[in-house]
Amino acid sequence: MGDNELDQGKRRFLLTATGVAGGVATAAAAVPFVASMLPSERARAAGAPVEADISNLAPGEKVTVEWRGQPVWIVRRTPEMLESIKGSADKVADPRSERKPGELTPAYARNEFRSIKPEVFVAVGICSHLGCSPQDKFKAGAEAFEGNWKGGFYCPCHGSLFDLAGRVYKNKPAPDNLKVPPYKFLSDTRILIGEDSKGA
Amino acid sequence: MAGADKQPVVVTDAGPLNGVLSSLLTWVDQRFPMMTLWRGHMSEYYAPKNFNFWYYFGSLATVVLVLQIVTGIFLTMHYKPDAAQAFASVEYIMRDVPGGWLIRYLHSTGASAFFIVVYLHMFRGLLYGSYRKPRELIWLFGMLIYLCLMAEAFFGYLLPWGQMSYWGAQVIVNLFDALPVIGPDLSTWIRGDYVVSDATLNRFFAFHVIAIPLVLVGLVAAHIMALHEVGSNNPDGIEIKKRLDPKTGHPVDGIPFHPYYTIGKDLFGMMVFLVVFAVILFFMPEMGGYFLEYNNFIPADPLKTPPHIAPVWYFTPYYSVLRAVTEDFMWVLALMLIAYAVLVIRTARKPAVRVATASVSVVLLAGFFAFEPKVWGVVLMGAATLVFFLLPWLDRSPVKSIRYKGVLCKAALALFVVAFVILGYLGTLAVTEGRTLAAQFFTLVYFAFFLLMPWYTRMDKTKPEPGRVTG
Repeated sequence: MGDNELDQGKRRFLLTATGVAGGVATAAAAVPFVASMLPSERARAAGAPVEADISNLAPGEKVTVEWRGQPVWIVRRTPEMLESIKGSADKVADPRSERKPGELTPAYARNEFRSIKPEVFVAVGICSHLGCSPQDKFKAGAEAFEGNWKGGFYCPCHGSLFDLAGRVYKNKPAPDNLKVPPYKFLSDTRILIGEDSKGA
Repeated sequence: MAGADKQPVVVTDAGPLNGVLSSLLTWVDQRFPMMTLWRGHMSEYYAPKNFNFWYYFGSLATVVLVLQIVTGIFLTMHYKPDAAQAFASVEYIMRDVPGGWLIRYLHSTGASAFFIVVYLHMFRGLLYGSYRKPRELIWLFGMLIYLCLMAEAFFGYLLPWGQMSYWGAQVIVNLFDALPVIGPDLSTWIRGDYVVSDATLNRFFAFHVIAIPLVLVGLVAAHIMALHEVGSNNPDGIEIKKRLDPKTGHPVDGIPFHPYYTIGKDLFGMMVFLVVFAVILFFMPEMGGYFLEYNNFIPADPLKTPPHIAPVWYFTPYYSVLRAVTEDFMWVLALMLIAYAVLVIRTARKPAVRVATASVSVVLLAGFFAFEPKVWGVVLMGAATLVFFLLPWLDRSPVKSIRYKGVLCKAALALFVVAFVILGYLGTLAVTEGRTLAAQFFTLVYFAFFLLMPWYTRMDKTKPEPGRVTG
């Protein structure tokens, strides 16, 4: 091969090798930038359990407390409300909280009323569809969204319905029941949200 | 021609300054392709002489882009991208910064104006087949601009940190949560936190003021360069480059963009636009809750969703598509998919296309029932925006312009516009059973316009195109 002839094979090899090495280096350089967008250590550390006092919560009423930046509802359900939950079993998609058991419903709430004590309902008030916070529609009767409404929660964003145990109605955009957070009773009137009795 | 070999630039209309100006411009031109750019894009860019009303909106989009960039720069001088201060800093701009209210309303009204202008600009493309060969890339760059605009509008809407800002971002980021496997991690990564928070606001600010605008400006340049490479389409949808004047070599039906369209048309269009814009700006900047939603004048409250939430009007057609997908609707979708697959398989000539269609349909059908309807709502909403990209290859009509298309194409376009407007209207309202049914019906119409296009454009009875542009 003369001095002026191009060695195309060598050139192609060098171009490919440079391209591959440069590509790998570029991809590796992207890692710290992508990682910088993950939750920071401060965001990870936030989220300690919160305590709620329900001594002033009258039957049929709800309080909202903030836990990890999310609304957590505590409802003191009346006997009629508990009765309505029994009546809605055939209307809801997952009556026995069988879907995603570890994630949505802790073992101690995997019962008909989805709670430790039937009358005290604790749930994260964030719709399982796209994260809006549903509204209270506790009164039974005819509603625009459901002719024979038994009482529960209505999500204003996309019309999902939940009964008073946070169980999602069938054929609604929301796929799952409302999440029941880990919680435990410190006394009859004090609840710790974010931590339960099985260690932690 | 390079550098010093270039002809001198001669200025003849600057009076006593003719000589000075001529030598200054010559000096510049020998170091920068100033006159080449000017001629190629302005004084010797030949545009069809039959542009009509619909051809105002491209230049108006540029006007609004400049308006948004300029007002945006001045807003960042006072705005605080901090969850604790953002809402108050916007109110500070509105009340205490001299003229701040004007700059803010220019920016918020400009956002809606941008979408009005861009939707009309896109409709012009649909009317006259401006996306057809050889203008496919212009259309694709344009669609990327549209996607950037939507991202820009979405990120910008979080910044005032009102109730609609917060819950809008919550809903849209949660769309990614629906994706199988990677969804939850992806949405956490986008937010930078487990809920929409200060971290989210801060990064959305970065996207809104620098990342997306840079991409946007680059895409606008690519859009215009591609346009000037192949030449503008016109209401007749015929190529003016096919008939050149033998003496000059320019299209006989073309006129120089400058001054005929710059001064003669676009400057006039801009003035009319600015008058209308000013009326809205000064008398109804919130547009009855459509341009700035009332709930956004309440600071963000992560514990309480407003009683009625809806996105800003320009997103509502897609939002309706999202809401239309319920468990029952999955059966309708499955039926439609089967019917469509049968249609493709029966008409496709290549065996490979048939096999591909059959296998994709089977996978989709399995997916319809393996994943929650929520996933498919998100997929369908994404498809509703992305399906526009396919338009250059879906339209098989022998003619480009609606003027020479037949009744089938005209009816299809009319139905599509009706579906788009009604979906948009439904998206602003709360859901009821009847409205969900309507949204489901018009979602089908929306997709039928695109997916059946290869068939109805070929079946349609077209009129012959003229040899020269008409009035």
